[in-house]
Amino acid sequence: MISIPTAVDVAALKDTTLLNMAIFGLFVAVTMVIVLRASRNNKTAADYYAAGRSFTGSQNGTAIAGDYLSAASFLGITGAIAINGYDGFMYSIGFLVAWLVALLLVAELLRNTGKFTMADVLSFRLKQRPVRIAAAISTLAVCFFYLLAQMAGAGSLISLLLGISDWGGQALVIIVVGALMIMYVLIGGMKGTTWVQIIKAILLIAGAAVMTLWVLAIYGFNLSTLLGAAVETANNPAVLNPGLQYGKTETSKLDFMSLGLALVLGTAALPHVLMRFYTVPTAKEARKSVVWSIWLIGLFYLFTLVLGYGAAALVGAETIKAAPGGVNSAAPLLAFHLGGPLLLGFISAVAFATILAVVAGLTITAAASFAHDIYASVIAKGKADADTEVKVARRTVVVIGVMAILGGIFANGQNVAFLVALAFAVAASANLPTIIYSLFWRRFTTQGAVWSMYGGLASAIILIALSPVVSGAKTSMIPTANFAIFPLSNPGLVSIPLAFLLGWLGTVLDKKREDVSKQAEMEVRSLTGVGAEKAVDH
Amino acid sequence: MGTDARTPDVAASADFEEVQTTEQFKELRKRHRSFVFPMAIAFLAWYFAYVLLADYAVGFMSTKVWGNINVGLIMGLLQFVTTFAITGWYVSYCNRRLDPIAAEIRHGIEGHEFDKTGAGMSGSAVGGAAK
Repeated sequence: MISIPTAVDVAALKDTTLLNMAIFGLFVAVTMVIVLRASRNNKTAADYYAAGRSFTGSQNGTAIAGDYLSAASFLGITGAIAINGYDGFMYSIGFLVAWLVALLLVAELLRNTGKFTMADVLSFRLKQRPVRIAAAISTLAVCFFYLLAQMAGAGSLISLLLGISDWGGQALVIIVVGALMIMYVLIGGMKGTTWVQIIKAILLIAGAAVMTLWVLAIYGFNLSTLLGAAVETANNPAVLNPGLQYGKTETSKLDFMSLGLALVLGTAALPHVLMRFYTVPTAKEARKSVVWSIWLIGLFYLFTLVLGYGAAALVGAETIKAAPGGVNSAAPLLAFHLGGPLLLGFISAVAFATILAVVAGLTITAAASFAHDIYASVIAKGKADADTEVKVARRTVVVIGVMAILGGIFANGQNVAFLVALAFAVAASANLPTIIYSLFWRRFTTQGAVWSMYGGLASAIILIALSPVVSGAKTSMIPTANFAIFPLSNPGLVSIPLAFLLGWLGTVLDKKREDVSKQAEMEVRSLTGVGAEKAVDH
Repeated sequence: MGTDARTPDVAASADFEEVQTTEQFKELRKRHRSFVFPMAIAFLAWYFAYVLLADYAVGFMSTKVWGNINVGLIMGLLQFVTTFAITGWYVSYCNRRLDPIAAEIRHGIEGHEFDKTGAGMSGSAVGGAAK
């Protein structure tokens, strides 16, 4: 083990395992009681998928922040700043600015036109069957990659936080996390899930705030002194400058552009974020939710700047890289350095809660999409009653949960950032062009939607499969093979413009015209909120 | 559409094509688009300018301004500031320029088709908007 004067004794972390488990157990118990109480009147589909549209803007905004600030944000960005300095901070900026796309172009219009899922909006004025199926497939694909990332993240976190390093032990923890998540979603539906998100968001932001103030206090509340200390520990002034991670070659510079594009355009097309806009009664509350979440998420990302450089200064990049869990361990190690086992226990529990809550949000989105878009609208052709639809949704939750557990076990140890970036790139490529076109372009047709969604989805996934992330490099998923003919690890730079182009091309080449009255209805509804401005009563 | 509508839809029988051609609706659409489109282009341009500078103008971004604070950090923090500012600006624009006219059109449709329930709906919508 490397010994640095200021460094944390990583071996001592194991002594805190019991404490971590106790705090985590307490969180599970408290949230389970709340979920049980919240679920007492989960009767209709609107209750189950959209929490009866009974949440206020500020509650939903907090829940959106809870959904969005996943383990990748908290552990990933703090770690990225601690190791790569300034380049890590650029993730925070992309993740935050992306919310303006959601606020200005998507949130309210979508709230006014849909009911439960993204496909409701996309198929509003186009042909139901093909568009709904395409939207459901891309929803399931995005949710699945996002789920894999979270479950794989859970596996690698455990090695540090609970001191479980063997494969079987980690698999067991993934099964436990997955089973808990299935229970939350089955019992609580959207309402229970939303409450879990709210509690988790408050804990996460409060925990990060305490650590941020603590770090700042050490350096006399002077950011410049903190940055100076980070340079000193790293023994490299370049940690304050851009380019440490992405500035190496021309290809890596393009890769950064590609990532930046996927991040800023992906957020407003993430199905689990879009679905949250349906849990509020009006478009005005949907707007208020986004405003709340922008403030909370922005505040949190400012904290990550201090936490990342704080970890770089107080713990040191070498110690972080050597710790079990690697880059992801920066935030927990900083907590241990600052507040000893108790703060580490709290932060670890929050990290677990984060994974649990995000996984629950993704699962209910995927289940709703399958039950509402594929089962009720396509298989049963609109003849299924609401009870049957919810029953199908609940069964889907179990199937998706089991798939996520298995996928998480096999993806364990693999590059988590890759899966998250893929989810963003797929969302931006497959969903965003169709969302924008169908809301703002009168001429847009079914053929354009189908070309754009399948083209965006397929190009994003194929380019990733042919990228260095999958093969041809030491850090690849399959390091022994080399079929990486696409040089960038993020496909966004190619697949997003391609999807926009296909949507346009499919439309102008389409000889059929769409229903003019449906277009009128969608435009009037989306801008005025007519017929959508009332909560579902119980 | 889905099998379980959110509420009995008071607007279901409205003539949306007619509403779409009214001057009032055209004005709403114009006000909405004349704000969100330029704003979206502006913040995306500013964001990509920032990404390009960080990517290709490392020397400039590394220039120290005050202590260890460099141009890159200041520009990064400015991205936060502009995001918060645009958010606040949009909300105030909606309150002043969009919500009142949207509510008027909504009441027109709902009240016209269903005098009784429409009045009730309008009342609750106004209550919601005034919050």
